[in-house]
Amino acid sequence: MKKIQDIQPTRTPMREQDPKVRAHNFKEVPLGYSPEEARCEAARCLNCPKPLCVTGCPVNVRIPEFIACVDRGDFAEAARVIKKTNALPAVCGRVCPQENQCESKCVLGKKLEPVAIGRLERFVADYEREHDLTEIPEKAPANGKKIAVIGSGPAGLTVAGDMILKGYDVTVYEAFHKAGGVLMYGIPEFRLPKAIVQNEVEYLRRLGVKFALNQVGGRSVDIHELLTDKGFSAVFLGVGAGLPSFMAIPGTDLGGVYSANEYLTRSNLMKAYLFPEYDTPIVRGQHVCVVGGGNVAMDAARTALRLGAETVKIVYRRSRVELPARAEEVHHAEQEGVEFLMLASPVSLQGDENGMLQTVTCERMELGEPDASGRRRPVAIPGSEFTFACDLMIFAVGTGANPLVTKSVEGLALNRRGYIEADENGRTSLPGVWAGGDIVTGAATVIQAMGAGRKAAADMDAVLSR
Amino acid sequence: MLEILEKREVAPNIHEMIIHAPDVAAKAQPGQFVIVMAEEIGERIPLTIADYDAKKGTVTLVLMKVGLTSTKLSRMNEGDSLYALIGPLGHASETGNLGTVVLVAGGVGTAPVYPIAKLLHEQGNKVITIQGSRTKDLLFWVDRLEAVSDEHIVTTDDGTFGRKAMVTEPLKEVLEREPVACVWVIGPAIMMKFCALTTKPFGVKTMASLNTIMIDGTGMCGGCRCTVGGETKFTCCDGPEFDAHQIDWDSVMKRQRIYRCEEQCSMDRYVAQAGLGK
Repeated sequence: MKKIQDIQPTRTPMREQDPKVRAHNFKEVPLGYSPEEARCEAARCLNCPKPLCVTGCPVNVRIPEFIACVDRGDFAEAARVIKKTNALPAVCGRVCPQENQCESKCVLGKKLEPVAIGRLERFVADYEREHDLTEIPEKAPANGKKIAVIGSGPAGLTVAGDMILKGYDVTVYEAFHKAGGVLMYGIPEFRLPKAIVQNEVEYLRRLGVKFALNQVGGRSVDIHELLTDKGFSAVFLGVGAGLPSFMAIPGTDLGGVYSANEYLTRSNLMKAYLFPEYDTPIVRGQHVCVVGGGNVAMDAARTALRLGAETVKIVYRRSRVELPARAEEVHHAEQEGVEFLMLASPVSLQGDENGMLQTVTCERMELGEPDASGRRRPVAIPGSEFTFACDLMIFAVGTGANPLVTKSVEGLALNRRGYIEADENGRTSLPGVWAGGDIVTGAATVIQAMGAGRKAAADMDAVLSR
Repeated sequence: MLEILEKREVAPNIHEMIIHAPDVAAKAQPGQFVIVMAEEIGERIPLTIADYDAKKGTVTLVLMKVGLTSTKLSRMNEGDSLYALIGPLGHASETGNLGTVVLVAGGVGTAPVYPIAKLLHEQGNKVITIQGSRTKDLLFWVDRLEAVSDEHIVTTDDGTFGRKAMVTEPLKEVLEREPVACVWVIGPAIMMKFCALTTKPFGVKTMASLNTIMIDGTGMCGGCRCTVGGETKFTCCDGPEFDAHQIDWDSVMKRQRIYRCEEQCSMDRYVAQAGLGK
């Protein structure tokens, strides 16, 4: 066992694009580790006999094992170890909130900075891809059973990756023209390059997963029909959240007012940031407000900056400490010049004669007694309204359940909020139908959806192998 | 898949395309729409289904050349394939044996009216269709619509064919003449708005099919939102048909113009690149 005094106390830093430069381009912000930096960071791992970090990972990546491989410079083996339990390491290494998961459990964290597990995972995945080391693991012999996965986001891709290795014939149905779900339409290029997502999808394709694009669960794909006429043994519903929320205030139908879903889908999936090379337009505001304080709000704010905004404000009704976004995202946004208007909430939006947004009126809030969630409830301060110029407003205030699948599948039990009822293994009220990800939990993280996919796949396999 | 099997210009700048799309054709119902992409860098645009044949596995779309995407689509030929066609989306029209029904088609709205009229006719309703156009040359599918109508009225703004009138005139006369169970109106928003104003005093249920800005078409982006009866609705998953008397038409029309500058920019660029000239 290493002695604590021999260990580098701080994490090996990862180089980043300069904030002033990156605020005007869509290239990735962190630049990744070099092999030397990765080995230097890997050397910090204590390789604990009972690794707590693994318990903090929803898909239980064998963390000390892969870090030991990095330490001795065997990056290909490190990739093999990770891919035993995680089909999307290049994605997870970038977008997982490691500080609340694996890294929060790292023993080093008690005295020093925890091992930068996420950065190492990213390095390994990138090294494997860039050096063309991707291997096709051994698959169980084909068992002749067909599995349908509805939705190709993180939950669906995980189910597909697990089931194909177990010998099933897997078809993934995706409503959009590109596979990847939220990884394609939601998370911006500067946080998760789309070529990397497509590379992960391509890996699954090489494993034998079939992707049926432009197929909408609940509309062109009928779940009962899959289980009967089409001969599928099981269906996994991983359709994600949907139905963006707007605040019930005047002016939300003005031009220049978006849901974060629409704004980000235009920019990310449809590549409106490259307009007019790509045909889909997007309103480029000079003075932008993003309402909400989560990761999606940070993504929208940073996208607006890159699209040429002079000012971008995050408008959040609670105070800074309650911001639900990852600290790193808040930090990045702030470095790039995003302003934070805390304890404020819009009350009305005003437009010009063409119906385009011009100004917003907000009111000041103060924090009252804690509400059911334990957070202090924001209360409006009477007479505190103030109005300022705003030609682009993005609501990142959450989403509801998408009704297309849930309402079209007869007998599928839903909870009060319209999400699918599923047990801890993803089993729904219908035999042969599993569900996981945001359509069960409401909006959550990529890795939580992957964790749900992992459990559902294991359970599905157990049921179908009986 | 998605090959254009047949294409014809049914009126100047209005093209009918029959597309090989068996999955969509198998599930399509009158009133539903599809999302179309001409090419990978293209926009996603909604088009209401004009006809379909489940046996042949085909879907018919009619589009008017107005913007970039419709221009790109109208320049595609038989044998070419669309990049993407997603659907059927939205709810089907709520038809049934209702009695006497009136369907008002304005301009290119004739196309989506046709399958609804056809179904209502098969269901034993007395089908009265009112087909309006600016001028004779822009009329299409007159005989097709006539074949599924008990009474077919054609109007042109300039009187070059049929009656010289706006569609609202014969609509009002029919409503004064006999009891009507339901009216459908499909066409430009301004025409649908005035049809709604015409039917309102008669208290007749009136459905309008909205063609809004849309991205995913599955209830995810909210770009297609409209205000109906004071509530925010999503055209893609709540519609595309809504109670025309409850729709906030002015907002619908303003939202259609959000990208007018960008549309002009990409159109000018395309015209220059494709050497289309004026």
